Amino acid sequence: MNTIYWEAFRTFFRIGIFTLGGGYAMIPLIEEEVVNRHKWVAKEEMLDLIAIAQSCPGVFAINISIFIGYKLRKVRGAIATAVGTALPSFLIILAIAIFFKQFEDNRVIAAIFRGIRPAVVALIAVPTFRMGQSAKLNRYTIWIPVACALAIWALGVSPIYIIIIAAVAGYIYGRWSKKELEGVRRS
Amino acid sequence: MIFIKLFITFFEIGLFGFGGGYGMLSLIQHETVESHHWLSTAEFTDIVAISQMTPGPIGINSATYCGYTAIHNAGYGHLMAILGSATATFALVLPSLILMILISRMFMKYMNTPLVKSVFTGLRPAVVGLLAAATLLLCNVENFSTPVDFTASDGTFYPANPWQFFISCALFAATAFGTGYLKINPIRMICYAGIAGLLLLY
Repeated sequence: MNTIYWEAFRTFFRIGIFTLGGGYAMIPLIEEEVVNRHKWVAKEEMLDLIAIAQSCPGVFAINISIFIGYKLRKVRGAIATAVGTALPSFLIILAIAIFFKQFEDNRVIAAIFRGIRPAVVALIAVPTFRMGQSAKLNRYTIWIPVACALAIWALGVSPIYIIIIAAVAGYIYGRWSKKELEGVRRS
Repeated sequence: MIFIKLFITFFEIGLFGFGGGYGMLSLIQHETVESHHWLSTAEFTDIVAISQMTPGPIGINSATYCGYTAIHNAGYGHLMAILGSATATFALVLPSLILMILISRMFMKYMNTPLVKSVFTGLRPAVVGLLAAATLLLCNVENFSTPVDFTASDGTFYPANPWQFFISCALFAATAFGTGYLKINPIRMICYAGIAGLLLLY
């Protein structure tokens, strides 16, 4: 079993098992393993892959592992790295889910989670503002997230439609401003 | 057939889940809680907490947990529930597999063009709105209790519990301040909140 598939699977399994705190915490570990240790990808290319994997839909860690697996051994390599990344979380969460189902009526566990729930809501509220800052919202664009949030929260619109509309609007705006630019250049 | 629904739902979440783990949470919340009623808001919040505290990407963690809980809540046994979590996780990863391979094969050179970039520029403020909506939807009686007697739209009655409501708001504020301003590790903050819950809300 000493093939490149096994090696790729094992590497991403290790990355999956040792990173706490979600996908972005994995970046340094992935770079260390993939760029420095195994030299599967050059550093500059890795930066490009990270940028694309971040802007694409889906789980970031899975996206980047598929890119690297595909580079190594096409589709079968991609499957090996994707399974490697997902498997540790899958097994751990499954164990917890089975365990937790038996204890959710336990009074101690219930009290602990009554304290945890409001904290988790805050953990989602904080990155909302942080992402707002990094999206460089100004007084001309601030209405966009507000309108999206109200549509989902108050009107029950599916976030999927919001995503589709936003992508199409971005595309049209891009074409329009490109034409404006060309118009200015021509005149 | 709940397994097919589970597959389609998480495939959609994988396909449209922009903006990293938190952006995806908004989709998962909307699909599993609001539209399919597979989970309660409290169960969903617990899943997010557990996903935060265990290794791995939040998207995979919550898909696995949601798949399990959805099938279990529908009245099936453990084995079927495990199959449910496998279905949800596989369905979440599948769009990534297809998209990333397509990009690797032929679209890599288009990813840096101004038009593709303008699509992502349009998405960014929307994802902020998605996260804001997820936050608002989670600020409800199941997570915070209520200072006055409250009957939900589905007829569930929640008796007034001003003490729990007050503690919940304080824990919300403390966690927002701790992680946003003092940069305390979120996992540590969840542990503190759990201890506070045990001491004050038992």
